[in-house]
Amino acid sequence: MSYFDVNNITVAFGGVKALNDVSFSVDQNEIFTIIGPNGAGKSTLFNVISRIYQPNNGNVVFDGKDILNLKAHQISQIGIARTFQNLELFENATVLQNLLLGRHIYKKSNFLSDMFFLNHVKKSEREQRLKVEEIIDFLDLQHYRDTPIHGLPYGVRKNVELARALSTNPKLLLLDEPSSGLTNEETIDLGFWIKDIKNLLNITVVMIEHDMSFVNKVSDRILALNYGQVLAEGLPEEIQSNSEVKKAYMGE
Amino acid sequence: MRFIFKTNYDQDINIVRHNGDRISYGLLVAAMIIMPFFIDDFYLGELSYVFILAIAGIGLMILSGYTGLASLGHAAFLGVGAYTHAFLLTNGIPFYYSIIIAVAVSFFVGAAIGFPILRLTGMYLAIATLAFGFIAEHVFIRWEHFTGGNRGMVVPTPEFAGISFYDSATFYYVCLISLILSMFAAINILRSPTGRAFVAIRDSEIAAQSLGVNIGRYKALSFAISAGFTGLAGALLAHYIGYLAPDIFNIFLSLTLLLLIVVGGMGSLHGTIYGAIFVGSLPQMIAIGRDYLPSSIASQPGLEPLLFGLILVLFILYEPLGIYGRWLKIKLFFEMFPTYKKQTFKKQKTFTKSDRV
Amino acid sequence: MSLIQLLIDGIASGCIYGLVALGFVLIYKATETINFAQGDILMLGAFVAFSLIGVFELPYILGFLLTVLIIGSFGFALDTVVIRQVIGQPPFATVMLTIGLGFVFRGFASIFWGTDIYSFATPFSGKITEFNGLIISYVNLSIIIGTIVLMTALYLFFTLSKIGVAMRASSENQLAAYYMGIPVKLIFSLIWAISAGVAAVAGVLLAPITLVDTSISLIGLKAFAAAVLGGFGSIPGAIVGGIIIGVVEQLCGTYENYLFEGIREISAYLVLLLVLIIYPRGLFSDKAEVKKV
Repeated sequence: MSYFDVNNITVAFGGVKALNDVSFSVDQNEIFTIIGPNGAGKSTLFNVISRIYQPNNGNVVFDGKDILNLKAHQISQIGIARTFQNLELFENATVLQNLLLGRHIYKKSNFLSDMFFLNHVKKSEREQRLKVEEIIDFLDLQHYRDTPIHGLPYGVRKNVELARALSTNPKLLLLDEPSSGLTNEETIDLGFWIKDIKNLLNITVVMIEHDMSFVNKVSDRILALNYGQVLAEGLPEEIQSNSEVKKAYMGE
Repeated sequence: MRFIFKTNYDQDINIVRHNGDRISYGLLVAAMIIMPFFIDDFYLGELSYVFILAIAGIGLMILSGYTGLASLGHAAFLGVGAYTHAFLLTNGIPFYYSIIIAVAVSFFVGAAIGFPILRLTGMYLAIATLAFGFIAEHVFIRWEHFTGGNRGMVVPTPEFAGISFYDSATFYYVCLISLILSMFAAINILRSPTGRAFVAIRDSEIAAQSLGVNIGRYKALSFAISAGFTGLAGALLAHYIGYLAPDIFNIFLSLTLLLLIVVGGMGSLHGTIYGAIFVGSLPQMIAIGRDYLPSSIASQPGLEPLLFGLILVLFILYEPLGIYGRWLKIKLFFEMFPTYKKQTFKKQKTFTKSDRV
Repeated sequence: MSLIQLLIDGIASGCIYGLVALGFVLIYKATETINFAQGDILMLGAFVAFSLIGVFELPYILGFLLTVLIIGSFGFALDTVVIRQVIGQPPFATVMLTIGLGFVFRGFASIFWGTDIYSFATPFSGKITEFNGLIISYVNLSIIIGTIVLMTALYLFFTLSKIGVAMRASSENQLAAYYMGIPVKLIFSLIWAISAGVAAVAGVLLAPITLVDTSISLIGLKAFAAAVLGGFGSIPGAIVGGIIIGVVEQLCGTYENYLFEGIREISAYLVLLLVLIIYPRGLFSDKAEVKKV
């Protein structure tokens, strides 16, 4: 059993099988990318892992724990964080406030102690702020600390989304199309950051991606999906030369 | 334009950003404290009413402005607070305990209501709160043992520490202190992790969940806290009006509270104060305006709801950020003078997009 | 025998709730907003009919049709001038807006027509018919038949005409509908016109029973229960929901002594809360799944 196992996951909406008996394993500290044409079921897979969807079949085991028993808000507590393809930032809050929400699971106070803002609450606020500043330094967001989200350019927003996921101090990071909409420079920076996340922060990364050159440069292993089924799993070179994969992407 | 040079995190965590604000707010509070020496009883009463409205407004603002949950029946919590407090006083419970119990009861009623309906979104939630408001009003009218039913209920005037509530100044100070304490409590909640979770629920439930916020629990908590504040306002309101007629906690009162937060400015506690001042002085302004209107219109009982509705509509259309929003725009104008551009606040063209999956 | 009597009364009042609920559902299907002023528009319809038929003494049919026309145009204008400004904004804005408008209409009515209770002569008032020992009033008959006729006409209109499909498209994605060449703004205003017209019909049919005064706008809020019960996206659902509410109300009224006093007045709201808590989809919802997080 590896660090993160997805076993025989099937998700059916009415008669349509979004995911059909999907299985794969991810080792600790690797960068694992899921590719596939649109509609292949990649986001559905993430939604199952984040417990937004309940699969009809199968199980998901993370670090020995069966996570399908958990509710959506308990996922971050066991160390899984995710970003969203369409960005789900808190538009009316500042970058700092968005990141501080990443520290929610480390909250030790209840609403009564919050209401009186007791000393331990203030101390905790300072600690969380310190932790969040580390992430801000890591992703170069100092300039935007106090800016509300709705005024920020797209590239910075994607960064904030990533930063917020990192604030939860996760062990497993799910990235949903992190490079979509980014310029060439931003994509190169992203590649460096993802490698740093693996090497410096020791976080396992599972990402959904479309940009094949980016995928080949950054990934350790790749999973190819099509029509909800696994086509192939393996090293970038193997996937690149796999005929099934080529057929799915280029057509006959 | 003021630049704040920050040297430690506390400056962001603290309530007041810098000494200038500390002085202004301090002066304001001081002015309120010495008011009774300068104005007569009638205006003291009016000011007390504004304080009470502000406390109720804080409750609704936390729920709707900060957590994004509509509540169209909030007058129900005013009623819960008012009747509980009056009932306990009538049965001999001392003032201090009575008011605390009233707040607690209101809090738990809020939690009880919040729990079953917390899964509902947007429109459905609004309708559910509306239905709750009607049912509550009906219960108040019918539950004779607790509320006096159709006969209504007289609110006893308490005496404690030798000073009686008959004295307007005493009541004024009780309301002022209640407001200041409520403000502190609200500001603290909103700058703490609990408050951040509330705002997260408003802006993106799905992201909040992925960050570990238990949506159901926090929505119910927001309802409960909101009900607590509004219950406190209700208890004080009971003293202000002295006699609880059977049908005063109706949809018009709920609308008054909604008007308060919309006109004041949603999403800010400043807005609560502005809204309370506006709504509190509205009856006076209508009374004055009546003299200028032809008698056929002025004498109609429908005038007040008409004006309230009209003001609400006009603010939604032309000043959705409320009075506080207008104040911010004015401040920005002076800060950026002469480079201010009207386009800064120009509304983006918006389109409908279906919520259906 | 009296149970059936009860049922008929319930069905008749239920038809009214259903018609008002129909107005809600139409606007919701098109613009995903809820018009909290629907009951107030019904009230305006009753008042206008009173002026036309009662004061100016126009013939009933003429007055009826003119009322529907006037109120329908009013609905169209309302959307064009006011509602359109807040489209696309968060739902709270439209909720507040329509609630405010409701109060404006009510206030206006009490100022313009005064606070007395009015009535006007209809061809159905006071007449009854007997059938197998049952006594059915002409008024109730008029309500039930009127509802059936109106419902059929609307159902055909929406399913068979191009405009119905266009309305569906506009409601799902306004921007995309624009790109397809659909005159979205016009369609929305038409929906509001139809919705207002339906409310006016309900108001005129209801007037003989409740008489005409500002409090009848509260029917709008009970009609919410009907709309939710029927599943907010469905036209036949609204009517069925309304009938269920009407019947439940009658039953609560009759068996009040076994439950608790005064349950009749709030029975609609209790049903509403129960449905929302237990089965928010409603009976005939067209959604695959109510979006939940």
